[in-house]
Amino acid sequence: MNAAVAIENLKVTFGAVRAVDGVDLVLEKGQALALIGESGSGKSVTLRAILRLHSEKRSRIEGRIQAAGRDVLTMSKRELSAFRGGTVSMIFQEPLLAFDPVYTVGQQITESIRRHEGVSAGQARVRALKMFERVRIPSPERRLDAYPHEMSGGMRQRAMIALALACRPEVLLADEPTTALDATVQIQILLLLRELQAELGLSTIFVTHDLGAAVEVADRIAVMYAGRIVETGTARQIVLDPHHPYTIGLLRSRADGALAKGARLDTIPGSPPDLANRPPGCPFAPRCFLAEERCRREEPPLAAAGPSHLAACWRSEEAAASFRRKRAEAAEPVLAV
Amino acid sequence: MLFYILKRLVYVTPVALGVSLVCFLLVHLAPGDPLSAVLPVDASQETIAEMRAAYGFDKPLPVQYAIWLWRVLHGDLGNSIATGRPVLSEVGRAVVNSLILASLATLIGFTFGTLFGFVAGYRRNSILDRLASMVSVFGVSVPHYWLGMVLVIVFSANLGWLPPTGAGPDGSGNWRPDFEHLRYIILPALTMSVIPMGIIARTVRALVGDILGQDFVEALRAKGLTEFGVFRHVVRNAAPTALAIMGLQLGYLLGGSILIETVFAWPGTGFLLNAAIFQRDLPLLQGSILVLAMFFVLLNLIVDVMQTALDPRIERA
Repeated sequence: MNAAVAIENLKVTFGAVRAVDGVDLVLEKGQALALIGESGSGKSVTLRAILRLHSEKRSRIEGRIQAAGRDVLTMSKRELSAFRGGTVSMIFQEPLLAFDPVYTVGQQITESIRRHEGVSAGQARVRALKMFERVRIPSPERRLDAYPHEMSGGMRQRAMIALALACRPEVLLADEPTTALDATVQIQILLLLRELQAELGLSTIFVTHDLGAAVEVADRIAVMYAGRIVETGTARQIVLDPHHPYTIGLLRSRADGALAKGARLDTIPGSPPDLANRPPGCPFAPRCFLAEERCRREEPPLAAAGPSHLAACWRSEEAAASFRRKRAEAAEPVLAV
Repeated sequence: MLFYILKRLVYVTPVALGVSLVCFLLVHLAPGDPLSAVLPVDASQETIAEMRAAYGFDKPLPVQYAIWLWRVLHGDLGNSIATGRPVLSEVGRAVVNSLILASLATLIGFTFGTLFGFVAGYRRNSILDRLASMVSVFGVSVPHYWLGMVLVIVFSANLGWLPPTGAGPDGSGNWRPDFEHLRYIILPALTMSVIPMGIIARTVRALVGDILGQDFVEALRAKGLTEFGVFRHVVRNAAPTALAIMGLQLGYLLGGSILIETVFAWPGTGFLLNAAIFQRDLPLLQGSILVLAMFFVLLNLIVDVMQTALDPRIERA
């Protein structure tokens, strides 16, 4: 196994709801992969499954997950807790909620370092301070003793990154790391993550619903819909040459760029299917502008749409052609890659 | 922190003044002439007027209050009508006894309450949760004087293990921490402990359930903490609220245990209040209520300060 993370046929079920339904995913070492999709598409569930964070009582996980050369689903409780935060660590969407409010940020980082490396409290603090400098938190010595609610949103997310990277993990999982932040801070955090990833040779999976953020940091993008991956390719392929109508819908429903005043923003009509009661055929068919009879009957498999580019659509060629045509017509602004 | 405590002390002043005013007015709110308990039924008009002047009842109310407050501030709560002894020493002794009983009861209640609460909160909707909830509902709703009587019947009358009433073998009102006296405190303390136990168990259960549902718990697991490591965070998060409840319960028990202290003839404030009410001993009543109310104010202050020390989100400035 050379990949940092390899997921095979992952299925995560909560009661009657199958939130993730047969996901295959490979993250190469040192690369960044963005998992994109709307709320409820299963992207966060997939990410949490890599650390087995779902309650064992309320969920069932099937398939195979390999991360940093380890088989996640067969680990013992003890191995798992050493693995979490030590080998694979995670940063969360809302850093204010992800820190324990009654401990200082420094205490929480040293706690993690001491748990994984058994160093003294003093040494752990020195390490935490170095991490704070590394994520460029101003006056780090003082900030270590601050409580989470005493920091700004961007500062908190930097601290969260410091916490996640404090024990030198091989893989970093980021669950919408910029969603809760101001637009200007978002960019700073994304740039910081990209820089740290290159510096530390991290392999990263980002979950986001922001295509702009995905393009900014990711080498590859996987688009999820209704618990499955519907399209995967390099960031460039996904943004410039999408082959799935859902990806095209996501690209068109972006508000930035030169949207003429008064022009309506394109949206995807309808809402995602009920995952407890999945209809036959392609799950996107009811909302798709290209859907035909076959789409409602048979489910399309992921098929090659180019080199290392897969799309799960019966009419992927038509979809891609329609995207190219529209773009040529409207000279639609394209995300810079 | 010191500044915060000082500030809180300043805030306490108006509360304390208000409490003292209510206590003072109590004498005038009580039905009947306050002198009727002191004077013989056939007292002459002159005697009544004389007594009225002696007690200061002939002056206007604000002046009476000022004089009374001045005396209270100098530690003079007057003399008990029934015994003629200074109210302050009577109340002081009772407060010590009540404090001992209430502290032990709160300690027992807090220990078992948090235990049940944590088990129930961690194992929501399991059989253990139901059992713990049953015990705590029982604790909150059972009539405590009845429970006291049942315990007396079982452990004193039938089994003969523990004495049924009093604070010590010599019949005196002074409890001492030795084995003989310990036997006397067990039954009233157990009876009393079911009150805070029930309330604390229910509060802690809700708290733990709430804390475990918060995002940071998942983040703690994600950084590799063991379940015990997560548990320590849960305890630290639950502590401020649990301690606040405990402090308030201690306050309630200190003053609100008339029934239990009467059942067990425990020479505490509840017992004293009971006697004062039935003997129409107004100075004693006034004094004990004032002291109890001040204790409550003080406890609230201590709880607030402790909460601030434990939870950094509470504003200190």
